[in-house]
Amino acid sequence: MASAAITQDEKTNYLNADYGIKSWLLTTDHKRIALLYLISITMFFFLGGFFAMLIRLELLTPAGDLVTSDTYNKLFTMHGIVMVFLFLIPAVPTVLGNFLVPMMIGAKDLAFPKLNLASWYVYMLGGGWVLYAIITGGVDTGWTFYTPYSTTFSNTNVVAAAVGIFIAGFSSIFTGINFIVTIHRMRAPGLTWRRLPLFIWSNYATSVIMVLGTPVLAITLLLVAAERLFHLGIFNAQLGGDPLLFQHLFWFYSHPAVYIMILPGMGVISEVVTCFSRKRVFGYDFVALASICIAVLGFLVWAHHMFVAGISVYAAMVFSLLTFFVAIPSAVKVFNWIATMYQGSISFETPMLYAFGFIGLFTMGGMTGLFLGSLGIDVHVHDTYFVVAHFHYVMVGGMVMAYMCGLHFWWPKITGKMYPEGWAKLSALLTFVGFNLTFFPQFILGYMGMPRRYHAYPPEFQVLNVLSTAGASVLAVGYVLPMIYFVWSLRYGQDAGPNPWRAAGLEWMTSSPPPTSNFETTPVVTWEAYNYDEIDKQQEVPVAS
Amino acid sequence: MPASHTAEHASHDLRHHFADMEQQKETATLGMWLFLVTEVMFFGGMFCAYLLYRLDYYTAWVAGSERMNIYLGTTNTAVLICSSLTMVLAVHFAKLGNRKATAIFLILTIVLGLGFLGIKAVEYHEHWVNHEVPGPNFHFEAPKPGASLQYSPKNVEIFFSLYFAMTGLHAIHMIIGVGLLTWLLVRNARGDFSPYYNSPVEMTGLYWHFVDVVWIYLFPLLYLIRHK
Amino acid sequence: MWSNLPLFPARASTLAGHVDALYFLLVAVTAFFTILIAALILIFAIRFRKQKHPVAKQIHGSNALELTWTIIPLGISMIFFVWGAAIYFTETRPPKDSMEVYVVAKQWMWKFEHTEGQREIDELHVPEGRDVRLIMTSQDVIHSFFVPAFRVKADVLPGRYTSTWFHATKPGRYHLFCSQYCGTAHSSMVGWVVVMTPGAYQQWASTGTDGSLASTGEKYFQQYGCSTCHRSDSQGRGPNLVGIFGKPVLLDDGRTVVADESYIRESILNPEAKVVSGFKPIMPTFQGQIDEEGLVALVAYIKGLGNGMANPPMPVNNPEKAPYPVPPKPEASQATPSAK
Ligand code: HEA
Ligand code: HEA
Ligand code: HEC
Ligand code: CUA
Ligand SMILES: [Cu+2]
Repeated sequence: MASAAITQDEKTNYLNADYGIKSWLLTTDHKRIALLYLISITMFFFLGGFFAMLIRLELLTPAGDLVTSDTYNKLFTMHGIVMVFLFLIPAVPTVLGNFLVPMMIGAKDLAFPKLNLASWYVYMLGGGWVLYAIITGGVDTGWTFYTPYSTTFSNTNVVAAAVGIFIAGFSSIFTGINFIVTIHRMRAPGLTWRRLPLFIWSNYATSVIMVLGTPVLAITLLLVAAERLFHLGIFNAQLGGDPLLFQHLFWFYSHPAVYIMILPGMGVISEVVTCFSRKRVFGYDFVALASICIAVLGFLVWAHHMFVAGISVYAAMVFSLLTFFVAIPSAVKVFNWIATMYQGSISFETPMLYAFGFIGLFTMGGMTGLFLGSLGIDVHVHDTYFVVAHFHYVMVGGMVMAYMCGLHFWWPKITGKMYPEGWAKLSALLTFVGFNLTFFPQFILGYMGMPRRYHAYPPEFQVLNVLSTAGASVLAVGYVLPMIYFVWSLRYGQDAGPNPWRAAGLEWMTSSPPPTSNFETTPVVTWEAYNYDEIDKQQEVPVAS
Repeated sequence: MPASHTAEHASHDLRHHFADMEQQKETATLGMWLFLVTEVMFFGGMFCAYLLYRLDYYTAWVAGSERMNIYLGTTNTAVLICSSLTMVLAVHFAKLGNRKATAIFLILTIVLGLGFLGIKAVEYHEHWVNHEVPGPNFHFEAPKPGASLQYSPKNVEIFFSLYFAMTGLHAIHMIIGVGLLTWLLVRNARGDFSPYYNSPVEMTGLYWHFVDVVWIYLFPLLYLIRHK
Repeated sequence: MWSNLPLFPARASTLAGHVDALYFLLVAVTAFFTILIAALILIFAIRFRKQKHPVAKQIHGSNALELTWTIIPLGISMIFFVWGAAIYFTETRPPKDSMEVYVVAKQWMWKFEHTEGQREIDELHVPEGRDVRLIMTSQDVIHSFFVPAFRVKADVLPGRYTSTWFHATKPGRYHLFCSQYCGTAHSSMVGWVVVMTPGAYQQWASTGTDGSLASTGEKYFQQYGCSTCHRSDSQGRGPNLVGIFGKPVLLDDGRTVVADESYIRESILNPEAKVVSGFKPIMPTFQGQIDEEGLVALVAYIKGLGNGMANPPMPVNNPEKAPYPVPPKPEASQATPSAK
């Protein structure tokens, strides 16, 4: 092991290397930037959650009585925009990815540290812009901005919101470029592609999507804004424009974007399942390859959001077929995680509980994606609560679980402190129960025919909606709790030590919190990923303190 | 930051997180190419829109294209191609370490770039005067008064919308390019570049050529389709 | 309380059964895999917990297993694909000789126009036991026609026709929802589809109308001057439209298209897109001059020319009459809100 090489002074780390607001706001240290992102993203998550609670409260009764229908429309739009563009897309890549990608490959920083800082500023600018749109009246187009409603009919702040998302998009592009270049060019000696942790593979795949997809969304939203501002008429049906063109362009990005929202989470799960099973991952090559397949195939299925939009029957069939193909690599991953547990030595720390939750809920979410991919069924359930339930299962049950999972797993590394295990387990349980109570009834509602984006609904749907709202309250507790104990642990948490989980991976071979340059000397890697057998044979965790 | 493990000449040009100049250079190049990929996707969305509508509204497209000022367009194409040449030469001399020649060719490139933008502005002005800017003031009539139109003037408006969106975005890229060149000029004057360290010049060169290539596609699509 | 908690939608069309069957299969497969995966997690978590199984046994992987869990899911999903596609195929292919209803959607109401001339708003009366085909378009944004009890949904777009069909099997009142978000009152763009027994429907349909849709179309055909070029002989400047509906049309670029509703609509609004072989592209565009309801009537009229439901246009004496007749103002339609 390269343990001897990694020595450093315990006292200075990236957190206390420098003080003062300037040392944070002008930092080019990827770890500090990750923390800047963590704080801003958490803020946006709670904002999005706040909108979600208002949505659920309104839907407690069939009549639209809590807020006006205009307000309701703005609520779900802003919920969607904030959650997707300002929370879930950046969540794992920019917080955990930023922190871990250089550390996991033994680099001192990302390839372009200034670009990395710029990406945070761009994100904040975009986020600020969206906030401005919200405060000055909101947007009511749905997060999908369908034309011609968004270009000609809505009289809300569409331009501001579109420009905000346009700007925030550059932060994705910057991060994507940075990750790809870093992973190609900055790996430590000996760290071959097949020795990379799977988290790196999945972030690599994610970055490919970010680089190829985001510009298309950017230009599309720019055209929407230009159409409103300068009366250009590209999507305008009154001029003979094609209203479906927008949908094609939008989903060309936004379908791959759903894989931006799951791949990094899958990477987290691969790290956590191996660590708490003390095992090499089962079928490393297949899991790694699956990420790449998802990223590539993901670009070929966008029109499955348009099966009833008026596309040709044959186009619909091709897109349906491809949709099933893209589901297979996800299934491969799930089975490999399960197989990794087989013959393991399993313990049940909080991250592992979240990982269990992820696997189960993602399976349900993904399988219900197959319902939607089946043409005959999608015609019935498209734009109903069935779709809403599907994507919350994959996004909240999947990705948010994975994000929480990763946050707990690397919290000791990031802060040097342990979170309180008991409370953490409770919150994992609450999110699991609350989540299912919120979103399972929505599958039933959807098949019964309750359309989404409905401010008021027929009374026979009420009971299930009440259940859903009740679940959302439990879920809220499950999310507020970690907020509290994470902050608490900064001061009162136990010292974590370099490697509390005795985990594999270069990031664990340096102190917690790590020094500014991550490693004093560049490590030389001579072992495969997830060498838990070797680690468990050693008495000492391979790090010198 | 200790940079002891490298014996490169220009160690002050080496950023702390790279092992050596070669790694730094490779990294920058890959990064730039990736950026250009994003640019291709960026313009790609609009090219798709263009192609789709051109299939649907071919005659309206021809009618719109007839309103382009072909002389100015051709001149501009020539100007831009020349600027690519001067850019190549600027990169060449930067690599040789010839500061003076580098400066001259950077300035030439800037002048040609500004020339392009100036001519474009004249064209935009013409369109404005002729009521060809989409929006409430858009007005389009058949060439021969009284003759019946087989296409809707509204479809011509779509053509002009795409024209302005595409050339406008291209012009924004040109403006950014001129800004980058000016920045290079300053750095060149400061003596930042040497045969060992000149990737900013090279990268800006890549960007400049890319913007040129975009125009090479825009020109026939927008100006020349009237000639069947 | 149980009556307040229906868990399954009514099943009132011939399609519903097919959709439900595939749905149940998918539910079963999903349940199977979810339970399988949950059970495996549970079993492994208990059997191989640290206390009982302190030393993990390293396994690299197994190509045979990987292949298994690639091929089985692939096979299963191909079943879903083929079955789903087959249902979709029926869903999108209306049977011949369906009864037809024109639908014009606008913020935030549904207008239905029966070929016999009845007009309805937010309520659609149809007979039980007949194929009903809807030809739909929107006057403003995108809407979507959704009747859960029939498992039928199709977006309604501005600027073109989309269509869907159903065959109702049970009399009753069923929810009609607009399922594509269309602005402020999206959630109140709802209505009912009333399925009646054939007898009751006959009775309903025979209540007073002011002429069939095709006869309205005929009026427009004169008004807009279509008849100056399109005559029922071969002397007109434009093709004779009698009998063209549903037939293939040879275009001057060599392609052939079937003259369906969308084609006729496009011919009126964007005549250059598909020029009939042997004719010069001299037909003027009528874009912006005829509203959706007028177009629907014209389409119905031209269709009627084929099956003898409408009077053929008369030969006109003065074909040189202005090609740009002054369009009558479309009947008082509600002002459409537009961007500020
Ligand atoms: C993280 C985000 C995410 C992810 C990962 C997915 C994953 C998938 N999605 Fe989803 N989807 C969304 C987010 C996501 N989706 C969103 C946000 C929308 C709605 C947007 C809007 O309209 O607002 C949407 C909508 C949506 C639609 C359009 C529905 C409609 O509007 O009518 C469709 C249709 O095909 C679809 C399909 C799929 C499929 C097939 C997958 C697959 O990738 C899933 C693959 C996973 C599995 C299959 C699970 C593992 C399975 C096993 C282990 C069991 C064995 C497997 C088999 C037998 C195959 N999704
Ligand atoms: C990444 C994604 C993400 C996440 C995490 C969530 C999280 C949640 N979503 Fe979201 N949702 C979307 C993405 C997401 N959603 C999208 C894309 C849409 C479609 C939008 C559209 O149609 O355009 C949608 C739509 C949507 C709808 C449908 C609205 C409609 O169609 O009419 C509903 C309804 O129940 C809903 C509910 C919830 C709930 C209960 C949560 C919960 O998980 C949230 C839990 C979190 C909290 C509850 C926060 C806790 C904090 C507090 C309560 C503190 C209070 C706040 C302050 C003091 C500031 N969502
Ligand atoms: C100035 C003469 C003229 C007028 C007025 C005119 N048309 Fe035409 N129309 C033509 C010609 C010529 C063609 C064939 C060339 C083409 O397809 O553009 C044609 C083609 C058509 C077609 C396609 C016919 C086919 O055989 O496929 C339809 C449908 C049609 N017109 C409907 C109308 C309607 C409805 C109106 C009135 C609202 C109208 N036209 C007014 C000249 C005219
Ligand atoms: Cu019309 Cu929603
Ligand atoms: Cu999708």
